[in-house]
Amino acid sequence: MSTDHLTPVLTGRTLVRANPVSKLFAAAVITLALMSSIDWVSAVVVLVCEVALMPLLGISVWGLFRRIWPLLIAALIGAYGTALLAAKTGEVLLELGPVLFTEGSVAAGVAVGLRALALALPGIFIVLTTDPTDLADALAQKLRLPHRFVLGALAALRLVGLLMEQWESLGLARHARGVGSDRSVSARIRNLLGQSFGLIVQAIRRATRLATAMEARGFGGGTRTWARESTFSPLDAVVAGVGLLVAGGAVTAAVLACTWNFILS
Amino acid sequence: MTPEQGPPGPVHVRARGWGWRHAGRKAFAARGLDLEISPGERVLLLGASGAGKSTVLHALAGVLGANDEGEQEGELLLDGAPPAEARGRAGLVLQDPETQVVLARVGDEVAFAPENLAVPREEIWRRVGRALDDVGLDLPLDHPTTSLSGGQKQRLALASVLAMEPGLLLLDEPTANLDPAGVIEVRDAVVRVLESTGATLVVVEHRVAVWADVVDRVIVLDAHGGVLADGEPGEVLTQQAPRERLAAAGVWVPGWQPEIGGRMPDGGGETLVTARELTVARTRRGPAAVHELDLDVQEAGALSITGPNGAGKSTAALTLGGLLRPRSGTLRASAELAGTADRDPFRWRSTQLVQRIGTVFQEPEHQFLTPTVADELEFGPLRVGGVVDRERIAEVAERLRLTGLLKANPFTLSGGEKRRLSVATMLATAPRVLILDEPTFGQDALTWAELVTLLRELVEGGTAVLSVTHDADFIAALGGAELRIADGVGRVVTR
Repeated sequence: MSTDHLTPVLTGRTLVRANPVSKLFAAAVITLALMSSIDWVSAVVVLVCEVALMPLLGISVWGLFRRIWPLLIAALIGAYGTALLAAKTGEVLLELGPVLFTEGSVAAGVAVGLRALALALPGIFIVLTTDPTDLADALAQKLRLPHRFVLGALAALRLVGLLMEQWESLGLARHARGVGSDRSVSARIRNLLGQSFGLIVQAIRRATRLATAMEARGFGGGTRTWARESTFSPLDAVVAGVGLLVAGGAVTAAVLACTWNFILS
Repeated sequence: MTPEQGPPGPVHVRARGWGWRHAGRKAFAARGLDLEISPGERVLLLGASGAGKSTVLHALAGVLGANDEGEQEGELLLDGAPPAEARGRAGLVLQDPETQVVLARVGDEVAFAPENLAVPREEIWRRVGRALDDVGLDLPLDHPTTSLSGGQKQRLALASVLAMEPGLLLLDEPTANLDPAGVIEVRDAVVRVLESTGATLVVVEHRVAVWADVVDRVIVLDAHGGVLADGEPGEVLTQQAPRERLAAAGVWVPGWQPEIGGRMPDGGGETLVTARELTVARTRRGPAAVHELDLDVQEAGALSITGPNGAGKSTAALTLGGLLRPRSGTLRASAELAGTADRDPFRWRSTQLVQRIGTVFQEPEHQFLTPTVADELEFGPLRVGGVVDRERIAEVAERLRLTGLLKANPFTLSGGEKRRLSVATMLATAPRVLILDEPTFGQDALTWAELVTLLRELVEGGTAVLSVTHDADFIAALGGAELRIADGVGRVVTR
């Protein structure tokens, strides 16, 4: 286990310079477009655009794969499940006893799988190109979210990484006391519960100490200034524009291809 | 927006019959305190464990909490105002460098406090630069805070507090978790800071010698409330009566060492664990910590693992203890130690391990598993064979002075008691090898002496005792070999 998947490795230099708010906006409109219809054309258009933008992430295909493989598997499972259960229309493609795939059900499955990927990728873009501190600055200064909440969440995010280390050393400490590496399933479950409880105790103690340290530095007062100014630049207009373009393009393509199926109609 | 700025200059402290009781506790943590500290005075605050030193410090910092978190009596004032209303006037640095870091980058971390005090932006960055200069941290502002050493982290905590331009600097055992180089580093940074700001200082620390030359007043709190001794360091620390009372309370008075029992161990016997070209690493893929160690762990022998913070001492100890997978090389238990188990300690099951090698972690709480001290002591033996040897447990409890605490919850014990219990739980299953990670960190002199005596007796009785430690007195008292780790290489020195 390692914590390196949680600490953001900021790779895409261009996107790192954009304000987190504009990136959130772009991701939000794309998500909105994808959520309003279940069809494969809009999903493919978004996915193609996302793949075309990937060089902006400045990360190798393998590096990206290492980070998102659980998503790929989830998308596959979603697609398989849908193909298995969706209405059986069109010609039969495969029949093995109770397992029946038809053209219609496979198309539905593919649409769901592609959509899941297309939905997940904007989040990956943001995580890979956004420094949490910049995000907090932007949320508090640009979106006017309450600073106590934003900074509290930022501090908590850092604790998550530390907790993973703590989980490991708790495991070792318990092993040294004679708990762990049992054969029976029930003993393993008991051990896991015990270790989880230990982690919660440690997390609360850590959080309490951190809160004291923050309070001792004047945190929690009414007004506050910001050492780093969160600013918008022309780049942000471009990011937001690309988001709108991708979302609009997907909807237009689906309507033209007559596959648009609005979820509320 | 107008910046919130208190009156500049050093703070005057006054306490009148002050006391504090934490919510839900019967006893007052501190009581009957009458004090007057002049602006710019440098005070070392001493007292036995439980005398309320930290409580006083937290009260001065205004972080004890509101009325629902405890009950206050008397008054405590900074320049005539309650600490909670004097936000930013007092700056507190805590003991553990790990738990104080709020943000990911050095510059942002220092800027955090002035931001909270609504200082204008240009002024914040001016203060950040000056604070980092004052503590001697010459790092880029975007340097990640996670990659700092313990001493650097403490200096960063100091800088973060300095950026508030406090008139009162409060340090709660700021060097207790640091290696000797880190201790001097932080102490010197504090001295520099005081010279440039003239702030009032109150520091709490067990190890008096570190601060004795720096402060101009020593105040000793009485565990029963009030002040036991108060005066110049020369006066309080050299006069017979206060010295003796301090020593009896477990304070490390300079030039005095607590009495240790047992015999100085002489050389080891049979080899129990052999390491050859052993390379150790904390994680499976991460960088290796120490390369190609050659080492024999011998019965009836003491071995100290030393080196600077972050050198990989704990990683080496945990690997020798069969808890971490060796990166490469071999680790073999002797046929006698292994018995029916595999020769590779890493492959032992938990129950096999606990009978052969006991490892006492730095944080005792990580190893507490049950609701009472008695259950803690019986836990290991129960896991191993289902039978509890009551006599042995009673003997262990007696030896570590836990007999009176058998019904207590382990988490409610004092620091020294927790340390004793964590050692006792390991002894309950009678392992041949005992490994301890920083057993004397932050311990008062009495617990220290008890621990050293016990370990000496264990070695004499045939146990191999391995300790990761910075403590020169501890190493001298236990003797044996020393494994010095630095720059990824370990060297065994025998004396």
